[in-house]
Amino acid sequence: MPVKQLADRKVWQRRTTRKQFLVWFGWLIGIAIFGYCWQLISDKTIWEFVSDAPKQAADMASRMVPPKWSYMEALWAPIWDTINIATLGTVIAIVIAVPVAFLAARNTTPSIRYVRPVALFIIVSSRSINSLIWALMLVTLIGPGVLAGVVAIGLRSIGFCAKLLYEAIEEIDTNQEEAVIATGASRGQQLIYGIVPQILPAFAGISVFRWDINIRESTVLGLVGAGGIGLQLSASIDTLTWTQVSLILLVILATVIVSEWVSAKIRHAII
Amino acid sequence: MIHSSIKRTWKRPPIIKSPAWRWALWLGVAIYLSLAFGTMEVNWGRVAEGALRSKRFIMAFFPPDFVSRWDSIIEGILESIWMAVTSTVIGIILSIPVGLGAARNLAYKPVYYFCRAILAVSRTFPEIILAIFFVKLFGFGPFAGFLALSVGTIGFYGKLLAEDIEAMDPVQAEAVKSVGAGWLQWLNYSIQPQVMPRMIGLGIYRLDINFRESSVVGIVGGGGIGATLLTSFDRYEFDSAAAILIIIISIVMVLEYSSGYIRKWVQ
Repeated sequence: MPVKQLADRKVWQRRTTRKQFLVWFGWLIGIAIFGYCWQLISDKTIWEFVSDAPKQAADMASRMVPPKWSYMEALWAPIWDTINIATLGTVIAIVIAVPVAFLAARNTTPSIRYVRPVALFIIVSSRSINSLIWALMLVTLIGPGVLAGVVAIGLRSIGFCAKLLYEAIEEIDTNQEEAVIATGASRGQQLIYGIVPQILPAFAGISVFRWDINIRESTVLGLVGAGGIGLQLSASIDTLTWTQVSLILLVILATVIVSEWVSAKIRHAII
Repeated sequence: MIHSSIKRTWKRPPIIKSPAWRWALWLGVAIYLSLAFGTMEVNWGRVAEGALRSKRFIMAFFPPDFVSRWDSIIEGILESIWMAVTSTVIGIILSIPVGLGAARNLAYKPVYYFCRAILAVSRTFPEIILAIFFVKLFGFGPFAGFLALSVGTIGFYGKLLAEDIEAMDPVQAEAVKSVGAGWLQWLNYSIQPQVMPRMIGLGIYRLDINFRESSVVGIVGGGGIGATLLTSFDRYEFDSAAAILIIIISIVMVLEYSSGYIRKWVQ
């Protein structure tokens, strides 16, 4: 226990002097990095615009109220599209993610040396490219519309679902699997009866969780032309019809809250 | 030997016990899918056209061209990294008071509800929508993107911090309180050590997310590599786009591996 010797008594210290200096040094480096980055951003910012922002914000807010409720009629179809993009995208992602996860998990992969790295590469590259960038590419390839959005969401979600799923597969209880092997089950039966029942709750939880995230993501895909309510949002912003913008934001807020509530309910029911 | 005359085989019990519910569920799924596909307006002609071109399209990405747009690529990447670092730091600093206030076992009821409301609002809108508005308010450039990512970080980090504090071991907190610690000492010596390892890991994870997001806020004018990427798509310079995507993927991979390593080291 580190103590400091004062004239007449000992005082307890949390760290030794050496360690305390190391911690301070770490903070110094961190603050230096932050300061450097901040400086560079600050150089690229026009501060007159920033100081003007409160006035702009007040102006924009005054243009946004009241929301143009009559525009709601035009929004039902985009909302339905948005939900479809999220749901169908999640379905596609799950269908592809399940085999990838089994190939990536250490205990089920056919070959740790050859197959696992490929599966991990699929997972990482799907995760590190944002759904908007996927949408950008797909709009060029298959044209603007809902389908591009569905495929973009699907491709983006494969990595997420497969990653969580293969971690769940690696954490299973091996006793049950061994018990199934002991009855003379083949490799396939072993998967179906030994592993699948154990990961089913995690699987359902992951899918619902991802669906919830996808609802949020599919609201912006329209910005690059991939369908959903984002199309109306960018159109309204471009034409400066702020009363429509505020209505769309409210609708997005409501959709996200409802989907979060639904997914929380389902996850509580499963787990 | 005794042979059983009754031939029986075991069948796995179904997940949903009642057959009526089972069929209702399948029917619901079928109805939804047919409705969803029915209302989806897909221009199959265009898709087929695209599929024919897909080979050419994919080949256009190869070989990736790092050279001809190198200056703007490196500038965009650096800008993305600065944005990711500063927004993570500022977002985490701001989210600490909000997270403390949103922990049920720490805060009074009104404070708790207020902080939860902040978290809910900052989590609802995707960073890109926030970025659109910040670009309108603060002008083009990385500052708008930085603000959008900071707000996103507050929602993410504050919520997880609050949940972690709620799940802490109250015995240690009581022990520190019983030796007469003040409120700040209590936070510093009983709560902070308990939540720190997980929070450092989550901070690095958020840095990773912020970097990935910073690659798209540029699409709406918020600075970073996204602008360069969008330009190269618009100019049909897919080989440059491929180079950018490769750089993004490799930085994310480095971050992911190092975050796993740092998390192990911290714990």
